[in-house]
Amino acid sequence: MVNENLVQDVVKEPYKYGFVTDIETEKIAKGLNEDVIRLISLKKEEPKYLLDFRLRAFKKWQKMKEPDWAEIGYKQIDYQDIIYYSAPKQKEKISSLDEVDPKLLETFDKLGIPLTEQKKLTNVAVDAVFDSVSIATTFREELAEHGVIFCSISEAVKNHSDLIEKYLGSVVPASDNYFAALNSAVFSDGSFVYIPKGVTCPMDLSSYFRINSGDSGQFERTLIIAEESSSVSYLEGCTAPMFDTNTLHAAVVELIALDDASIKYSTVQNWYAGDEEGVGGIFNFVTKRGKCLGKRSKISWSQVETGSAITWKYPSCLLLGEESVGEFYSVALTNNLQQADTGTKMIHIGPKTKSTIVSKGISAGNSINSYRGLVKIGTKAKGSRNYSQCDSMLIGDQASANTFPYIKSQQPNSEIEHEASTCRISEDQLFYLQSRGIEFEEAISMMVSGFCRDVFNQLPMEFAAEADKLLALKLEGSVG
Amino acid sequence: MQSKMKESDPILEVENLFASTDNLPILKGVSLTVYPGEIHAIMGRNGCGKSTLSKIIAGHPSYNITNGDIKFSGENINSLEPEERAQSGIFLGFQYPIEIPGVSNLEFLRVSTNARRKFLKKEELDTFDFEELVKEKLELVKMDHAFLTRSVNQGFSGGEKKRNEILQMALLEPKIAILDETDSGLDIDALRIVASGIKKISNAQTGIILITHYQRLLDEIEPNYVHVMADGQIIKTGRSELALELEKKGYEWTDNFIK
Repeated sequence: MVNENLVQDVVKEPYKYGFVTDIETEKIAKGLNEDVIRLISLKKEEPKYLLDFRLRAFKKWQKMKEPDWAEIGYKQIDYQDIIYYSAPKQKEKISSLDEVDPKLLETFDKLGIPLTEQKKLTNVAVDAVFDSVSIATTFREELAEHGVIFCSISEAVKNHSDLIEKYLGSVVPASDNYFAALNSAVFSDGSFVYIPKGVTCPMDLSSYFRINSGDSGQFERTLIIAEESSSVSYLEGCTAPMFDTNTLHAAVVELIALDDASIKYSTVQNWYAGDEEGVGGIFNFVTKRGKCLGKRSKISWSQVETGSAITWKYPSCLLLGEESVGEFYSVALTNNLQQADTGTKMIHIGPKTKSTIVSKGISAGNSINSYRGLVKIGTKAKGSRNYSQCDSMLIGDQASANTFPYIKSQQPNSEIEHEASTCRISEDQLFYLQSRGIEFEEAISMMVSGFCRDVFNQLPMEFAAEADKLLALKLEGSVG
Repeated sequence: MQSKMKESDPILEVENLFASTDNLPILKGVSLTVYPGEIHAIMGRNGCGKSTLSKIIAGHPSYNITNGDIKFSGENINSLEPEERAQSGIFLGFQYPIEIPGVSNLEFLRVSTNARRKFLKKEELDTFDFEELVKEKLELVKMDHAFLTRSVNQGFSGGEKKRNEILQMALLEPKIAILDETDSGLDIDALRIVASGIKKISNAQTGIILITHYQRLLDEIEPNYVHVMADGQIIKTGRSELALELEKKGYEWTDNFIK
């Protein structure tokens, strides 16, 4: 519709992270049954309580039904056609980064996440996860000096078993939902963070998830515990190669904040989204939840969702502690045939709890982009407040946007505010910018990043710049 | 003085231009030539094609040129994109400047100015250098610095929007500026500010086309030529006195000239 010819002329930037690393991997056979779960647990030399946790989850999962209430449509997933454990072959025990397969280091180099001592990012500690396993975690010694534990969840199971046993599944129980149950049964790796009492984590922590193999799913599990009066900012990035098959990614993230603790969790999700015809791409079914257990604790989610063929994700906060605070800032961009059903749940349980929701959905091409959110204020949440703002932007005339806000209040002494808007980038706005010498593509990206500003302002500095660039890239050639 | 101007080459030549939108003919053979230093006024009833002419010169994608040419500095620009025209020095001051929520006015002005500077092979300005430049130009239109921190035109009054247009003209230093009813919706003081801004920005190398309904803008900026448009054509051209006569006799008088 808008400047059709020009748009068609624009050369589309290919997905930059679509390469495959040719590396020898250890995979188990396709399919899911009790033996597979026992095998995963055995490979990871897990204690019995964890194997039992997995088996219980598996039993529950078998009785559950795949949810169908989201505004998404996809071909039935064959859970027996997935490999549940795939790891690059490495030496048994790796004591330093020098022993990591250079191919793996090269892979993360290419993704802009250098891991080696000489090249590693200076202001952020990274846990690099490749298919089912964590490859390396940087700055461990430096963090340990502050008492901060940052390692793969497999290592945490070995070295900090008490914390795992106490908190794993305490925020997202295995029976929570279909995909959480699946994850609980088969999760292979992920990141673990523990911030001791009174410690402000001296640097940002980051996990980078890379799916490499085409036929295996990725089921990572992240657990972050912030003790009293501690704080941490955690970043998460993800990419995957381009395959014409769909890969399942079903993660679980659990956050726990005790009295006066604060956790800021930021995601830039750029899984492969499939091609223009909707072939291939990641199915992203993720359960993320934070528990504000302590008084005045705070959990803040910010997410920039640009990838995946399907995104099904509702980072949520359980506000138990008095005066605890939950935040959700989201930008979800869909193009071509992508489908996103994303939002949040803010469950106010304790008194004087506060939550803020700012969601910006941008739909281009033939995509479907839905916001789905629940704000619930319980009987004891006296004096609680919520503010929600859900804005949608449509680009072109084939895309669609939905907003499904659910509000349940059982406490008359509380406030809930909800604002929503939908806009379309108009031809006249584009012409105005163009008539001032600004290129068509740049004009669109200026308007989109303007639309997302409230959310970008919440992201850590470098992330915000990356997110801005990512959106511009994703939208290239999308207006038509 | 006129004859001296004509020694240089024209900036803009519109030659027998026919244009339509959605197959509806709007322009039916417009010809207009502007030399450096000249000020042309185009007058006419609503719907006569004045605004369409300005948008077509600026390259609006909703209109199709069905016949004729637009030449800028001797080059045919019929197929150039709006941004290419703007970069090379064509400026359109909008009658209704549109609001662009979320895009900061300062950033917009800087990106726009740099696009033009890049074309002119001038160094692009960083935020600090641009601040200096824009401060100087704000003076011209008596705008407060606070305007820069707001979103483009969002929540601006009618007068503020028009002044923001002239600010853009001052920053872009166009070779030809087409100002579409820049005077409408302005009170006397704002009109004077805008008019004096336009005069200060233009020079012997600039061409200006003023599209207006009213004599009062032309009292401030005296045109070299006045054209009257009706039904997609220029039906009468004269000197500045024509505008005065038109004000006295009304557009009905010009109906007699429709071919």
